[in-house]
Amino acid sequence: MTKTKIDRPLSPHLSIYRPQMTSVLSILHRATGLALILGLYGVVWFLVALAHSEAAYVFFVYVAFTPIGQLALLGFLFSLYYHLCNGIRHLIWDTGLLFDIKNATRAGLAVLLTSSLLTVGTWCYTMFLRSLAV
Amino acid sequence: MTQDKNSIQTPIAKVKGLGAAKNGTEHWLYQRISSIASFFLSLWFVWSMVHTAGAAYAEMYSWLAYPVNAVLMILFVITAFFHAALGAQVIVEDYIHCEAFKMIKLIGIKLFYSATVVVSIFAILEVAFG
Repeated sequence: MTKTKIDRPLSPHLSIYRPQMTSVLSILHRATGLALILGLYGVVWFLVALAHSEAAYVFFVYVAFTPIGQLALLGFLFSLYYHLCNGIRHLIWDTGLLFDIKNATRAGLAVLLTSSLLTVGTWCYTMFLRSLAV
Repeated sequence: MTQDKNSIQTPIAKVKGLGAAKNGTEHWLYQRISSIASFFLSLWFVWSMVHTAGAAYAEMYSWLAYPVNAVLMILFVITAFFHAALGAQVIVEDYIHCEAFKMIKLIGIKLFYSATVVVSIFAILEVAFG
């Protein structure tokens, strides 16, 4: 069997286009989805540590409160809020609404703002609760 | 096997029994359903973690041992990993073009995530009944 290589035309891809609100947010949706999977393994670690022993749990909390652990938690929180808000945007699209570029961009901006505000708000509220407890 | 003279399907496509999309709409539908469940459960999860962040061992243990929390945590882990598996599947299908490696990844995701969910549920039940 001979293999003939056919030069089929390729559709233009990422490198061709200028970054836009819609494309960047779409990439961010995937990126945060992947980050959330990593975060879920952190949740599994937390659950298994709690079930295993006090020492394992104390180690988990110790790691969570190191600067790197805090950065990871902040990233996890933002990823969750962003994926959640943009997921709602996707569910609205499923109904056929907000498909025109103007509204898709507006909704995208709303998603970015809302998820950022929720992240900062949740982080500050948690710090506030912890300051009361100590 | 009856032959449809008007079919434009190739013989190999007939044998595989799959269309170009490889499956129907169930992947899409499961993704939406699990997203709605994850919406509520992940908000509960964040709210819970905000209120227990850095808690002592005994305090955290009794929090998870409380039946409502244990049940919601099990549901959260199941729906989150189910949703994650669907998402990871699409990413693998989009970016991995070596057929053999792709199949290994796709099967691996399902097996590994299923195992992780079982481990998590076991840990939660150990706390709940421990």
